[in-house]
Parts: sequence; structure tokens; C-alpha cells
Amino acid sequence: MKYVISDVITITKRQLLQLARIPEVLVFSTIQPVMFVLLFRFVFGGSISTDQPGGYVQLLMPGIFVQTVAFTLAATAVGLAEDMKKGLIDRFRSLPISRGAVVIGRTFGDALLNILVLTVMAAAGYAVGWRPTSGALSIFLAFLFLFMFGYALSWIGIYVGLAVKEARTVQSVGFLVTFPLTFLSNAFAPTTGMPRALQYFAEWNPVSTMVAACRQLFGLKNEFGATASSWPSQHPLETSLLYMVLLMAIFIPLSIRKYKNTSL
Amino acid sequence: MKSVIADHLVKTYRNGEVKALDDLSLDVEEGTVLGVLGPNGAGKTTTVRILATLLKPDSGSATVAGIDVIKHPDKVRELIGLSGQYAAVDETLTGWDNLVMFGRLYHLGKSASIKRAEELLERFSLTDSARRPIKTYSGGMRRRLDLAASLIVQPKVLFLDEPTTGLDPRGRQEMWEVIQELVKGGVTLLLTTQYLEEADQLADEIAVIDHGKVIARGTSDALKKQVGGERLEITVENVDIAKTQEIVSRISTSATHTDVRTISAPVSTGSIALMEALRALDEAKIHPLDISLKRPSLDDVFLSLTGHVAEETVAEPVKKKRGGKK
Repeated sequence: MKYVISDVITITKRQLLQLARIPEVLVFSTIQPVMFVLLFRFVFGGSISTDQPGGYVQLLMPGIFVQTVAFTLAATAVGLAEDMKKGLIDRFRSLPISRGAVVIGRTFGDALLNILVLTVMAAAGYAVGWRPTSGALSIFLAFLFLFMFGYALSWIGIYVGLAVKEARTVQSVGFLVTFPLTFLSNAFAPTTGMPRALQYFAEWNPVSTMVAACRQLFGLKNEFGATASSWPSQHPLETSLLYMVLLMAIFIPLSIRKYKNTSL
Repeated sequence: MKSVIADHLVKTYRNGEVKALDDLSLDVEEGTVLGVLGPNGAGKTTTVRILATLLKPDSGSATVAGIDVIKHPDKVRELIGLSGQYAAVDETLTGWDNLVMFGRLYHLGKSASIKRAEELLERFSLTDSARRPIKTYSGGMRRRLDLAASLIVQPKVLFLDEPTTGLDPRGRQEMWEVIQELVKGGVTLLLTTQYLEEADQLADEIAVIDHGKVIARGTSDALKKQVGGERLEITVENVDIAKTQEIVSRISTSATHTDVRTISAPVSTGSIALMEALRALDEAKIHPLDISLKRPSLDDVFLSLTGHVAEETVAEPVKKKRGGKK
């Protein structure tokens, strides 16, 4: 047990080393969110009217931040499934290392990648006119929320990766989960235009509560979903925090147990 | 002392539908090499996975270096090395990266990990490719690196699951040399293979398994005796059959057997018998359509042990075959 930390660091370092060995991965995993920023900013930005000072991009950036960290779920799941397919997980399991280290290390690696991606996106957002108006502490808190949300989803990714096993299927499952979640939300357009049933879903959707929480922390008024009087839209910070704690409380033990019992 | 003992192992998949191991027992004497020989799906990989603590059997027990595999897997993991059928290393990383990482995971210090990695790269002739990603390696190089990774700390018991499957003849030869070198160092080795020749080259003793059971066990010589050693096979025109049979009966140790136009006979002198036969045929002005010396194959072993050829069974579920690797 005394080697848990060193094992986790070794596994995390392996993932960073992978990025150093194939820098293309790093380039493409940052290009995609930057592309989303530009597309939404310049394609929809002109036609979606808002009375938000600073325009649509102020509402858009929190949405894209949340969407990007939500994709961590798929990234973690695919990475783990590939390691299993290649027999690398078997090799790790035959070593005298602490049981949780392999999956914990992977979530750390993906979390570190998220820090980098969020930084690049923030810079891209700034370049196209995004200006948070709150104080430094609130802005830091917003990024901490984003980081934690990505980390919590990473643990669902571990579970999905272990359960589905086939990397290509994992990829599809990941998108099947994250696309509806990010679009049935207040991330890109007001929920008020949706049918009643979907509105209800969108208000309770953790993506919406995260987006609303970030908007609040970046100093915006809580637009897109503010018409609803539901508890989550009134208390986005608390709800988001609750979701994250809940997800981790469920999926960390579940995933570690699954890892211990997994055989290909 | 027995270094590995598998005692009445049973493992079924798909809720008992598929029996991978059906009461399998085997053991390996310390410092010796046991070759586990069998066709695809016979239960070789399942056996190795149980002994290497990756899989729990439904029933039965196993010990490695005297330690119970099921009760104390953590202790067993400190004593074993495992190298599988597919190179289980990180292909995006370099050979050096991989070995240093595994050194760290075996809890060697940083400088000790680097030192050990460099030693192993040197020993397995991989120093020149140490800084290249594994995915640029040839099949043989990958296997050697995979083997190196299982030797970071001197393992007491080494498991090699089909170490040469899928390699070209040169890669196979190189791998054999590496393994023979290891064996000289006195490691206890359990090796699975589909090739009789491989078991013959590397193993002190061979256990033949089929449908999850050990069906024969013994030294390579004993098994070959059972199978019948080398055979001379001559195919001739119909008119020459009688004459050829007469020639072969002078060379062969036992009665010849004719299959349409092919005469097949066990011989004990190998290529000498082949040359004798050719000379005699030439004198008799018989031109054979085909003439060859057949070494016993896995099929022959199975044929003589079970009366059926080593057919591919479905005992190991498809999902276990981590395919896609060449």
C-alpha cells in the first residue's frame, strides 16, 4: 500500500509521455474545442439575440467549456478500452502494484489534459471577445468547477470503458451519452424554446446546472433557463456540486471494484 | 520442489456453457521448463491467466512458488513474470520508456529502473531501437521487449503464453535463442505453444492438453516415441507401387503403409534414410512424384493420443482473443 502514490504517478506520467511522443493527439484534442468556439461564435453568434452585455459569446463560452470537459467521459473510456484490448491492463494486473493505481492514474492524466485544453480554450475565447466580469476568485472557482466536473465524468468513463471493452463501441457509447446531454441543455440556446418535457429534462441536466453555475461565476445573469422556477435553475452552484459529489461517490468505488474483477 | 502446482482447475464461461478448463492438473519442478502443448482453445491461455492471478477458477486451487494464487495474489505477483501472446506494452512509447515505466511499477528507484532498462535492452539486442516507439518495431522485436518487461526483477517463475505465435521463422528462431539463454540461467518456466517443435526445443517436459484437460505428459522423447518419430513419404505412379514398397521395407523399421499412391513408413535415421531411398529408387529407375521426410506435428501427437486431429475448438470465448495484432 505504501507505493500507491508512486504507482499512480508512474501511470499518470505514462499518459503525459504518450502526449509527448505523439504531439498530434494534443494538437487535435485542443483544435476541436477551439473550432467549436469559432463556429458557434461566428455562425450562431450573429443570429441569436441576447440583451447580455458583451453579446452571445459571453453565454457561449461557459457552454463550450462544459461541453468540452463532458467529452472527458468518452476520452477516458476509449483510452482505457484500448489499453485493455492491447493487453496492457493484463500486464499491469500481473504486477505487484496497488489495485486502484491504474485507473486512478488514468483519471489524473485526463484531468491534467483538461487543464491544458481549458487554458487554450480560454485564450481562444478571449481572442473572440469573451470577457468575464467577475473577480479573480470567482473566475478561478468557475474553472475549478469545470475541472472537477470533468474529473467526475472521467470516473463514469472508467466504468464504461471497463464494461464495454471494445474501443470503437466505447467511442459510440460515449458520444451517445454526451451529445444529447450537452445539447438538451442551456449550453447553446435557451431552454424556453423546447417542448415542456424536454425543458424539464434540460433544467435538471447536470450540463445545464454546470453552465448556469459557470455563467454565474463569470459574472453573467443566469440566462437560458432562467424562466424556470425549478430548484436546479435557482441553485446552479449547489446542484452542480451535489451532482459531482454524487457521481464520484457512486462511480469511484464502482469502477475500482469493476477493475479488480475485470477479466478480458 | 514443485514451483507451480495447478490442482483440479475448472473454469467455465458463459454460465457454464463453455468449459475452458475441465479438471486440469499440472505441476512444474523448480528450475525446469514445462511446455504446455495444445491447439487453439484447448485452455492454454486460461491456465496461464489463472496461474498469473488474472483470472479466478470456478474451482480447484493453484500455488506458485509455494504461495496460494487465489488467497495471496499480491504475493504471487511479486514473484512471477508474464509475457503474453500479444505484446502487452505501450506502443506509443519507446522501448526505453516502457522498461523504465515497468521498473518504476516494480518499485525500483528511478536510477535503478533506468539501469535495469538499459541492461535488458542490451541483453535483448534492442539498444539501437531503444528510443523508437514500439509501433515501429518488428513482431520479433516487440516480443523480445515484452519478454524483457517480464524480467525487470528476476522472477522466480516465468509464464510465456505462446511466445512465438505469429512470428516469422527468423523471429521465432531469435525468440528461441533468447528463451534458451534464460533457461540456462535457471528460471522455472511454464510455456504454452501450438508447435511441437517449439516444445521440443525449449521444454524439459511436455503436457499435452485438449478440451481443458491434460491428456498426456512426458519428455519430448517419450511423446515422440508414442507418436512414432519421423516418417518417410514417397508418392509414385501406380505401376511403381509394389517395387517402391519393397524398397521402403528394406529401409524402414516397421511395415509400410500405403495410401493410394503414397507410401509412408516410420524411419529412425532421418535424412540418411531419405538418401538411401532416393538411391534405391534411382537404381530401380523409379521417378517419385514426391518424396519427403515428415516430422511429427501437433496433429500427429493428437492423432496418436486421441484418435482425432487437433481441431480448433470454441472452448475459449471469442472475446478473449484480443485480435487485431499482427
